[in-house]
Amino acid sequence: MVKVADVVDKLNARVICGECDLNQEVQFGFASDLMSDVLTIDTENLLLITGLNNLQTIRTSEMSDISFILFVRDKKVSEEMKQLACENEMTLIECGHSMFRACSALNDIGLKPVY
Amino acid sequence: MEFKFGIEGGNFSKAGSASSEVKKILKQLNVNPKIIKRTVVSLYEAEVNVVAHAFEGNMNVEIDPEKIVVKIEDKGPGIPDINQAMQEGYSTATPQVREMGFGAGMGLPNIKRNSDQMNISSTVDVGTQVEIINYLS
Repeated sequence: MVKVADVVDKLNARVICGECDLNQEVQFGFASDLMSDVLTIDTENLLLITGLNNLQTIRTSEMSDISFILFVRDKKVSEEMKQLACENEMTLIECGHSMFRACSALNDIGLKPVY
Repeated sequence: MEFKFGIEGGNFSKAGSASSEVKKILKQLNVNPKIIKRTVVSLYEAEVNVVAHAFEGNMNVEIDPEKIVVKIEDKGPGIPDINQAMQEGYSTATPQVREMGFGAGMGLPNIKRNSDQMNISSTVDVGTQVEIINYLS
Protein backbone atom coordinates (compact mmCIF):
# COMPACT_ATOMS: atom_id res chain seq x y z
CA MET A 1 0.00 0.00 0.00
CA VAL A 2 1.25 3.48 -0.90
CA LYS A 3 -0.02 6.73 0.53
CA VAL A 4 -1.24 9.17 -2.12
CA ALA A 5 0.89 11.83 -0.41
CA ASP A 6 3.97 9.64 -1.09
CA VAL A 7 3.02 9.45 -4.78
CA VAL A 8 2.92 13.25 -4.85
CA ASP A 9 6.30 13.54 -3.06
CA LYS A 10 8.04 10.91 -5.17
CA LEU A 11 7.01 12.54 -8.45
CA ASN A 12 7.23 16.14 -7.28
CA ALA A 13 3.64 16.35 -8.48
CA ARG A 14 0.91 18.97 -8.13
CA VAL A 15 -2.39 18.17 -6.45
CA ILE A 16 -5.22 19.71 -8.46
CA CYS A 17 -8.13 18.60 -6.31
CA GLY A 18 -8.91 16.19 -3.49
CA GLU A 19 -6.14 17.39 -1.15
CA CYS A 20 -7.98 16.07 1.89
CA ASP A 21 -7.63 12.50 0.58
CA LEU A 22 -3.81 12.49 0.43
CA ASN A 23 -3.57 10.27 3.50
CA GLN A 24 -5.51 7.51 1.78
CA GLU A 25 -3.62 4.53 0.40
CA VAL A 26 -3.64 2.88 -3.01
CA GLN A 27 -2.48 -0.64 -3.70
CA PHE A 28 -2.43 -0.91 -7.50
CA GLY A 29 -1.46 1.22 -10.48
CA PHE A 30 -2.79 0.96 -14.02
CA ALA A 31 -1.27 3.06 -16.80
CA SER A 32 -3.12 3.67 -20.04
CA ASP A 33 -4.21 6.39 -22.43
CA LEU A 34 -6.92 4.07 -23.73
CA MET A 35 -10.10 4.39 -21.69
CA SER A 36 -11.49 1.23 -23.32
CA ASP A 37 -8.70 -0.66 -21.51
CA VAL A 38 -9.40 1.09 -18.22
CA LEU A 39 -13.05 0.01 -18.45
CA THR A 40 -12.00 -3.65 -18.52
CA ILE A 41 -10.23 -3.45 -15.14
CA ASP A 42 -12.19 -4.60 -12.11
CA THR A 43 -9.46 -4.11 -9.52
CA GLU A 44 -10.33 -1.92 -6.55
CA ASN A 45 -8.07 0.58 -4.82
CA LEU A 46 -6.41 1.72 -8.03
CA LEU A 47 -4.38 4.73 -9.15
CA LEU A 48 -4.95 5.49 -12.83
CA ILE A 49 -1.83 6.82 -14.55
CA THR A 50 -2.66 8.48 -17.88
CA GLY A 51 -1.68 11.13 -20.39
CA LEU A 52 -5.22 11.49 -21.69
CA ASN A 53 -6.59 14.76 -20.37
CA ASN A 54 -10.21 15.07 -21.35
CA LEU A 55 -13.61 14.72 -19.68
CA GLN A 56 -13.88 11.07 -20.65
CA THR A 57 -10.89 10.27 -18.42
CA ILE A 58 -12.94 11.52 -15.47
CA ARG A 59 -16.15 9.83 -16.65
CA THR A 60 -14.34 6.52 -17.19
CA SER A 61 -12.90 6.74 -13.67
CA GLU A 62 -16.32 7.57 -12.25
CA MET A 63 -17.83 4.44 -13.84
CA SER A 64 -14.84 2.30 -12.80
CA ASP A 65 -14.84 3.51 -9.16
CA ILE A 66 -11.34 4.96 -9.55
CA SER A 67 -10.78 7.78 -7.05
CA PHE A 68 -7.16 8.71 -7.84
CA ILE A 69 -5.82 9.87 -11.22
CA LEU A 70 -2.24 10.86 -12.00
CA PHE A 71 -1.73 12.82 -15.24
CA VAL A 72 1.76 12.41 -16.71
CA ARG A 73 3.73 14.21 -19.48
CA ASP A 74 2.70 17.58 -18.01
CA LYS A 75 -0.87 17.18 -19.24
CA LYS A 76 -3.10 19.79 -17.66
CA VAL A 77 -6.47 19.24 -16.06
CA SER A 78 -9.15 21.57 -17.48
CA GLU A 79 -11.61 23.46 -15.28
CA GLU A 80 -14.44 21.22 -16.55
CA MET A 81 -12.48 18.08 -15.65
CA LYS A 82 -11.69 19.47 -12.21
CA GLN A 83 -15.34 20.29 -11.57
CA LEU A 84 -16.53 16.82 -12.57
CA ALA A 85 -13.77 15.20 -10.49
CA CYS A 86 -14.72 17.28 -7.43
CA GLU A 87 -18.38 16.26 -7.81
CA ASN A 88 -17.20 12.65 -7.68
CA GLU A 89 -14.75 13.22 -4.81
CA MET A 90 -11.72 12.26 -6.86
CA THR A 91 -8.11 13.27 -6.34
CA LEU A 92 -6.35 14.60 -9.44
CA ILE A 93 -2.56 14.91 -9.60
CA GLU A 94 -0.34 16.29 -12.39
CA CYS A 95 3.33 15.58 -12.97
CA GLY A 96 5.88 16.37 -15.66
CA HIS A 97 7.37 12.87 -15.95
CA SER A 98 6.87 10.45 -18.83
CA MET A 99 4.48 7.60 -18.15
CA PHE A 100 7.37 5.12 -18.08
CA ARG A 101 9.35 7.14 -15.55
CA ALA A 102 6.31 7.72 -13.35
CA CYS A 103 5.39 4.01 -13.38
CA SER A 104 8.97 3.00 -12.59
CA ALA A 105 9.18 5.43 -9.65
CA LEU A 106 5.81 4.33 -8.25
CA ASN A 107 6.74 0.67 -8.57
CA ASP A 108 9.90 1.46 -6.55
CA ILE A 109 7.81 2.75 -3.63
CA GLY A 110 5.53 -0.30 -3.65
CA LEU A 111 2.65 0.38 -6.05
CA LYS A 112 1.67 -2.96 -7.59
CA PRO A 113 0.65 -3.77 -11.17
CA VAL A 114 -2.87 -5.05 -11.79
CA TYR A 115 -1.51 -7.89 -13.95
CA MET B 1 -39.19 2.38 -11.31
CA GLU B 2 -38.55 3.84 -14.76
CA PHE B 3 -36.21 6.52 -15.98
CA LYS B 4 -35.44 7.89 -19.44
CA PHE B 5 -32.39 9.86 -20.53
CA GLY B 6 -31.56 11.44 -23.88
CA ILE B 7 -28.15 10.96 -25.55
CA GLU B 8 -26.77 13.48 -28.06
CA GLY B 9 -24.81 12.06 -30.97
CA GLY B 10 -21.37 13.63 -31.39
CA ASN B 11 -21.41 15.52 -28.08
CA PHE B 12 -18.44 14.09 -26.18
CA SER B 13 -18.61 16.68 -23.42
CA LYS B 14 -21.92 15.11 -22.31
CA ALA B 15 -20.99 11.48 -23.01
CA GLY B 16 -21.47 9.54 -19.81
CA SER B 17 -23.97 11.89 -18.18
CA ALA B 18 -26.87 9.42 -18.55
CA SER B 19 -24.78 6.55 -17.12
CA SER B 20 -23.71 8.86 -14.29
CA GLU B 21 -27.36 9.56 -13.40
CA VAL B 22 -28.10 5.82 -13.37
CA LYS B 23 -25.11 5.26 -11.07
CA LYS B 24 -26.47 7.85 -8.61
CA ILE B 25 -29.90 6.16 -8.62
CA LEU B 26 -28.43 2.68 -8.05
CA LYS B 27 -26.29 4.00 -5.18
CA GLN B 28 -29.35 5.59 -3.59
CA LEU B 29 -31.11 2.23 -3.85
CA ASN B 30 -28.17 0.59 -2.02
CA VAL B 31 -27.50 -1.85 -4.85
CA ASN B 32 -24.38 -4.01 -4.36
CA PRO B 33 -21.37 -1.88 -5.51
CA LYS B 34 -20.04 -4.69 -7.73
CA ILE B 35 -23.38 -4.88 -9.56
CA ILE B 36 -23.45 -1.08 -9.84
CA LYS B 37 -19.98 -1.08 -11.40
CA ARG B 38 -20.77 -3.85 -13.91
CA THR B 39 -23.99 -2.11 -14.86
CA VAL B 40 -22.66 1.42 -15.26
CA VAL B 41 -19.55 0.26 -17.16
CA SER B 42 -21.80 -1.51 -19.67
CA LEU B 43 -24.15 1.49 -19.88
CA TYR B 44 -21.26 3.90 -20.34
CA GLU B 45 -19.80 1.77 -23.16
CA ALA B 46 -23.22 1.76 -24.85
CA GLU B 47 -23.68 5.50 -24.29
CA VAL B 48 -20.25 6.28 -25.77
CA ASN B 49 -21.19 4.13 -28.78
CA VAL B 50 -24.30 6.26 -29.37
CA VAL B 51 -22.28 9.49 -29.04
CA ALA B 52 -19.55 8.11 -31.31
CA HIS B 53 -21.70 6.63 -34.07
CA ALA B 54 -25.32 7.85 -33.98
CA PHE B 55 -27.28 11.08 -34.43
CA GLU B 56 -29.28 10.74 -31.24
CA GLY B 57 -30.45 8.14 -28.78
CA ASN B 58 -32.26 7.28 -25.56
CA MET B 59 -31.46 5.27 -22.49
CA ASN B 60 -34.52 3.69 -20.86
CA VAL B 61 -33.95 2.23 -17.42
CA GLU B 62 -36.34 -0.07 -15.54
CA ILE B 63 -35.45 -1.18 -12.03
CA ASP B 64 -37.44 -3.74 -10.06
CA PRO B 65 -36.47 -5.71 -6.94
CA GLU B 66 -34.92 -8.47 -9.06
CA LYS B 67 -33.19 -6.79 -11.96
CA ILE B 68 -32.11 -3.73 -13.89
CA VAL B 69 -33.21 -3.63 -17.51
CA VAL B 70 -31.73 -0.91 -19.73
CA LYS B 71 -32.58 -0.31 -23.37
CA ILE B 72 -30.32 1.99 -25.36
CA GLU B 73 -31.81 2.88 -28.73
CA ASP B 74 -30.33 5.18 -31.33
CA LYS B 75 -31.06 6.68 -34.70
CA GLY B 76 -27.96 6.26 -36.78
CA PRO B 77 -26.10 4.25 -39.39
CA GLY B 78 -26.80 0.89 -37.72
CA ILE B 79 -24.44 -2.09 -37.68
CA PRO B 80 -24.28 -4.15 -40.91
CA ASP B 81 -22.69 -7.24 -39.31
CA ILE B 82 -23.32 -7.64 -35.56
CA ASN B 83 -21.15 -10.76 -35.24
CA GLN B 84 -18.21 -8.83 -36.67
CA ALA B 85 -18.92 -5.85 -34.38
CA MET B 86 -18.91 -8.17 -31.36
CA GLN B 87 -15.35 -9.28 -32.10
CA GLU B 88 -12.73 -7.67 -29.89
CA GLY B 89 -10.59 -5.28 -31.91
CA TYR B 90 -13.11 -4.58 -34.67
CA SER B 91 -13.88 -0.87 -34.86
CA THR B 92 -15.27 1.72 -37.25
CA ALA B 93 -14.52 4.64 -34.93
CA THR B 94 -13.35 7.99 -36.28
CA PRO B 95 -10.01 9.58 -35.28
CA GLN B 96 -12.00 11.99 -33.04
CA VAL B 97 -13.42 9.05 -31.10
CA ARG B 98 -9.93 7.55 -30.74
CA GLU B 99 -8.63 10.87 -29.40
CA MET B 100 -11.20 10.58 -26.63
CA GLY B 101 -9.65 7.27 -25.54
CA PHE B 102 -12.10 4.93 -27.25
CA GLY B 103 -12.50 3.18 -30.60
CA ALA B 104 -10.34 0.14 -29.87
CA GLY B 105 -13.14 -2.25 -30.74
CA MET B 106 -13.68 -3.29 -27.14
CA GLY B 107 -17.01 -1.63 -26.32
CA LEU B 108 -19.55 -4.28 -27.33
CA PRO B 109 -17.50 -7.22 -25.96
CA ASN B 110 -17.11 -5.29 -22.68
CA ILE B 111 -20.86 -4.68 -22.50
CA LYS B 112 -21.37 -8.43 -22.87
CA ARG B 113 -18.76 -9.15 -20.17
CA ASN B 114 -20.44 -6.77 -17.73
CA SER B 115 -24.03 -7.82 -18.24
CA ASP B 116 -26.00 -10.95 -17.31
CA GLN B 117 -27.90 -10.70 -20.57
CA MET B 118 -27.21 -8.57 -23.62
CA ASN B 119 -29.45 -8.37 -26.67
CA ILE B 120 -28.54 -6.33 -29.70
CA SER B 121 -30.39 -5.65 -32.92
CA SER B 122 -29.71 -3.18 -35.67
CA THR B 123 -31.04 -1.95 -39.00
CA VAL B 124 -28.64 -0.28 -41.41
CA ASP B 125 -29.43 3.43 -41.93
CA VAL B 126 -32.09 3.29 -39.21
CA GLY B 127 -30.45 2.56 -35.86
CA THR B 128 -29.35 0.15 -33.17
CA GLN B 129 -31.00 -1.20 -30.01
CA VAL B 130 -29.01 -2.68 -27.15
CA GLU B 131 -30.71 -4.27 -24.15
CA ILE B 132 -28.70 -4.89 -21.00
CA ILE B 133 -30.12 -6.92 -18.11
CA ASN B 134 -28.35 -7.31 -14.78
CA TYR B 135 -29.84 -9.25 -11.89
CA LEU B 136 -29.63 -7.80 -8.40
CA SER B 137 -28.83 -11.03 -6.59
